[in-house]
Amino acid sequence: MLVPLSWLKEYVDITVSPQELEKKLFSCGFEVEELVEVGKDITKVVVGLVEECEGIPETHLHVCKVNAGEYGTFQVCCGADNVCAGGKFPLALVGASVYATAKDHKTVEGVMTIKKGKLRGYDSEGMLCSGVELGVSENMYPGAGYNGLLVLPEDAPVGADVKPILGLDDYIYDVSITANRPDCQSILGLAREVAAVLGVELKEPSYEYTVTEVVKDGFQVKVDAPDLCPRYIGHYVYDVKIGESPLWMKRRLALIGQDSISNIVDITNYVMLEMGQPMHAFDCDYIEGNAINVRRAAEGEKIVTLDSQEYTLNPTNLVICDGVKPVALAGVMGGLNSEIRETTTEVLFESAKFARDNIRKTSRAHGKRTDASAKYEKGVDEYATVYAMKRALHLIEELGCGKVSATHVDVNTGNSIEPKEMKVSLKKVNDVLGIEVPEADVLRIMKNLNFDPSINGDELTIQVPAYREDMDSYPDVAEEVIRMYGYEHVIPTFMPDALVTMGGLNRKQQKDLKLKKALCTTGAYECIHYSFISPADLDLLRFPEDALERKAIRILNPINEDLSIMRTTLAASMLNAVARNQKKGNLEGRLYEMGNVFIPKELPLNDYPDERQRLSVGIFGDKETFYTLKGIAEKIAEALFVKFDYAETKKTFLHPYQTAVISCEGIEIGYMGKVAYEVAEQLDLRTAAYYLEIDLKLLADLYDRRATFEPLPKFPEESRDLALVMDKNITCGQVESVIAKSCAYIKEIKLFDVYEGGQIPKDKKSMAFSVKFVPGEEAFEGEAVDKFVKKILKNLKFHLDIDLRS
Amino acid sequence: MNERLANIKQAILDGIEKHAESRAAAFELRKQFLDSKTGEIGQLMKEMRNIAPEERANFGKSVNELKEWAQKCFSELDEKLKEKELQMRYESERIDVTMPAEKVQTGNLHPITQMRNQIIDVFAGMGFEVFENKEIENDYYNFTALNTPKDHPARDMQDTFYLSPEFLLATQTSAAQIHTMESKKPPIKILSPGKVFRSDDDATHSPMFHQMEGLVVDKKITLCDLKGMLDMFVQKIYGDGTTTRLRPSYFPFTEPSVEVDVSCFECGGKGCKLCKGTGWIEILGAGIVNKKVLENCGIDSEEYSGLAFGIGLERATMLKYGINNIKLLFESDLRVLKQINDN
Repeated sequence: MLVPLSWLKEYVDITVSPQELEKKLFSCGFEVEELVEVGKDITKVVVGLVEECEGIPETHLHVCKVNAGEYGTFQVCCGADNVCAGGKFPLALVGASVYATAKDHKTVEGVMTIKKGKLRGYDSEGMLCSGVELGVSENMYPGAGYNGLLVLPEDAPVGADVKPILGLDDYIYDVSITANRPDCQSILGLAREVAAVLGVELKEPSYEYTVTEVVKDGFQVKVDAPDLCPRYIGHYVYDVKIGESPLWMKRRLALIGQDSISNIVDITNYVMLEMGQPMHAFDCDYIEGNAINVRRAAEGEKIVTLDSQEYTLNPTNLVICDGVKPVALAGVMGGLNSEIRETTTEVLFESAKFARDNIRKTSRAHGKRTDASAKYEKGVDEYATVYAMKRALHLIEELGCGKVSATHVDVNTGNSIEPKEMKVSLKKVNDVLGIEVPEADVLRIMKNLNFDPSINGDELTIQVPAYREDMDSYPDVAEEVIRMYGYEHVIPTFMPDALVTMGGLNRKQQKDLKLKKALCTTGAYECIHYSFISPADLDLLRFPEDALERKAIRILNPINEDLSIMRTTLAASMLNAVARNQKKGNLEGRLYEMGNVFIPKELPLNDYPDERQRLSVGIFGDKETFYTLKGIAEKIAEALFVKFDYAETKKTFLHPYQTAVISCEGIEIGYMGKVAYEVAEQLDLRTAAYYLEIDLKLLADLYDRRATFEPLPKFPEESRDLALVMDKNITCGQVESVIAKSCAYIKEIKLFDVYEGGQIPKDKKSMAFSVKFVPGEEAFEGEAVDKFVKKILKNLKFHLDIDLRS
Repeated sequence: MNERLANIKQAILDGIEKHAESRAAAFELRKQFLDSKTGEIGQLMKEMRNIAPEERANFGKSVNELKEWAQKCFSELDEKLKEKELQMRYESERIDVTMPAEKVQTGNLHPITQMRNQIIDVFAGMGFEVFENKEIENDYYNFTALNTPKDHPARDMQDTFYLSPEFLLATQTSAAQIHTMESKKPPIKILSPGKVFRSDDDATHSPMFHQMEGLVVDKKITLCDLKGMLDMFVQKIYGDGTTTRLRPSYFPFTEPSVEVDVSCFECGGKGCKLCKGTGWIEILGAGIVNKKVLENCGIDSEEYSGLAFGIGLERATMLKYGINNIKLLFESDLRVLKQINDN
């Protein structure tokens, strides 16, 4: 919110510097996002009296003698058509800084410093300035918009700084207002806080006006939707003379970036900025049926707003209607049909309170955000609703642009705008803070905040003004006290009365971390990817129409289509990460992610979905193979003290013959394999990539496994190498399984060679295994191990027709 | 005879001088003189019988002296050659120590995980448990129970992704406060890290980011305890001299609410680029748990009070490591991930 210092000063005597005020505001909860010095770029410009002015032949230029009081008298060349002897104009002295303009004399192109110059052979010491060159608009100062010199008042003291005369000595605070303080969405509201923090009186603006005897016969206001409009105040004003607003009002509006339109419209804008209450003025000539009706719009009802836009409404929108038709979209914008024109002579002023969520919804639904809707969304209090009307009527009278009738209609739901009494225990307030604030300070602070406090023993009684809707109980009082008393009084303590609790990670969290660290030891880097992906990602992964992965939860209001569905697999995020890395020239690497997938119980969602924690690993580069990835999988199993089994499988986006399903203790927990060539091509991958995904939720039951110690064997182990010849399609797993089942003493079976060709028959291959036998309670006797081997060979021959290689 | 002895002695000296370049050559030379069967000195012994008996004793003594002398010569020679060969071996193995290392390849935890772990470590020591958040929440836990009813302007502070009229992507980790307080009686000390989502996507905002919520509910918890706890926290994370500054703010679920600034750990509070000359860096929001929130969870607000705080992990991570763009945290670029190894 923009707050000009000059406007604040209307209500508070501010003696501290603008920077000091910024600090004060910050300390009591109002962060100043920016402090703008209005005339920051303008220096050394003074009132200059042109004493002589002669045209330079054959040019449009004049050479002038300009009296700058204490600075002396200078010869200045000037090209403006309104320069004349006896006139007072802003003179930029040598060394002054002003705005540089383009050839059109209107567009500001930067800041320039005035130097001594020579025009057509005439010395020129300084420059007479236009409004644009000083950054002053017509609304800030009449005549400033003229394409020529800015004319200063006749009584301007020669040689005086022009900044105070032109309003350039001002500051504008851009203050951020927290959502609990809608009452500070106005200059007056913030002025109350400034008065409180400086400990000075607030000077309320005048709400006085004279009511005439004139009435608008039969005029009626009806509110059909009191839930959406708890208060509606209308006042009839007649003998209206539409014209320009006075300079002071124009200048204040201009400082906030609001154009002056006409006195009546300016009053509504001025009051909104001053009091925080949006106001509207209807031209009574266009109000049919001598009535106002506040109701929900009919389905399909239309309104054309002041900016000539047409909107089709529905019953969730609130409209202000006359006896016949909508004349305003409540809280958002007035209707074009009843707008104030130059011919307007009778006006109905409106000051109303609307439900904030209703205005927000209407504003969102129609994509129409106005200053009024922004105020209503944050909340307008009825105190402001009542006083804004009084203020507007006062201004009508002050500006002399109309007469206040006796027709005042206030339709309300009985909410009082009188202060509400609230009693709180001082001890409770201090208990929230943890310090004891002296009673005198509590009284001072509460008084400054206009709470009219009194203390009786432990009981603090305050009168809460109606605009402080945020005040509810003792913690609110505690906050008011401490923000004014100062947070520097809060001294660090560490829960002296609290019980001891046991902290740290639980078993699952410890395992998750262990797993991550184990993956790091394989050279893999952890990634974090968005939980939402693109529907196109599911196409990339070639999931068929009926695949479970396609049953994804959609975001109703995504940022864009690429971030519109909740992921059902981590694969898309990982493969895209691999592709991004390759594009940036990282041609090899290992990545992993631990994240959730979201499996809805049904769609649309009406229960929590299953958030399943999964682990994905993506590796890429010329050195990677299926088996390097399998090594990582084994590392995962090792970290969890479990064993994984692998069997061939198919997956739509993986290589048809290099993909395995991973099981753990009989349960399928995931899969791994080489990324299919079609997918790799679509992703522009330059090196092979492999992907693994494991459902950790399925493994979570096994998270309680611990490291256990197995005593070292008492007797020597024995190893035998077996070179076996078998059919080509027999797998390593099949062989291992038969060997393992053949003898109870086998501890390790390790494939160490695979060979084809040579003396091996064409349809056969040779696989060589090293088998380690570990004795139990007794040492192996004599031929024991040879007997085991015989048994193994017998079983291999029987089950798989495997022979020992001769 | 003595002449022969002198000749042998000379031959040994010459041999050592001329031929003993390697230990193998020296060994051959040694054999030539000292081999028990064929060596020249051994041969002399065999000639003993040809010597006149009265000279034998002298001769024997002289041969023995020669033998001992020769043995000593050769063992010294061997030592010397051994030393020399070792030296040559070393020299032949000279390397260029400035050539690139063979990297020991280990990965890193994600920078956010690293930050998260550091924070958890500090608070775990203070007795905080960790309670992980859901990513998909319902309206009640995300808003209503946190004192943010449907018409509340605070709902505007966060642009929410909706999945259905009832379900949404968590906009804050504060929902964990409610879940915890519903399932646990005071004393409560929890941390709840989680992913949160807001409809914001620009240079400084990511539609998904991480927060870490902290909650304490016990008897007589005050604003001073909040300050004391956070002071300890920032000292552990940012260094001993660090301190905090509280200033008023607003969150629906705390009252009073504060923004917490930490004294700039770059310049120590003097003012620098990082703290934009103010000496302070905003790091988290906090406050005393709103008593309505306690009551929503069936906790007696007369008996218990609480404090809560929420840290944005991206911001904390970026500040700590000087990462200049939030998007870098989610792009999985190895050139980024490799740099942050505070595992």
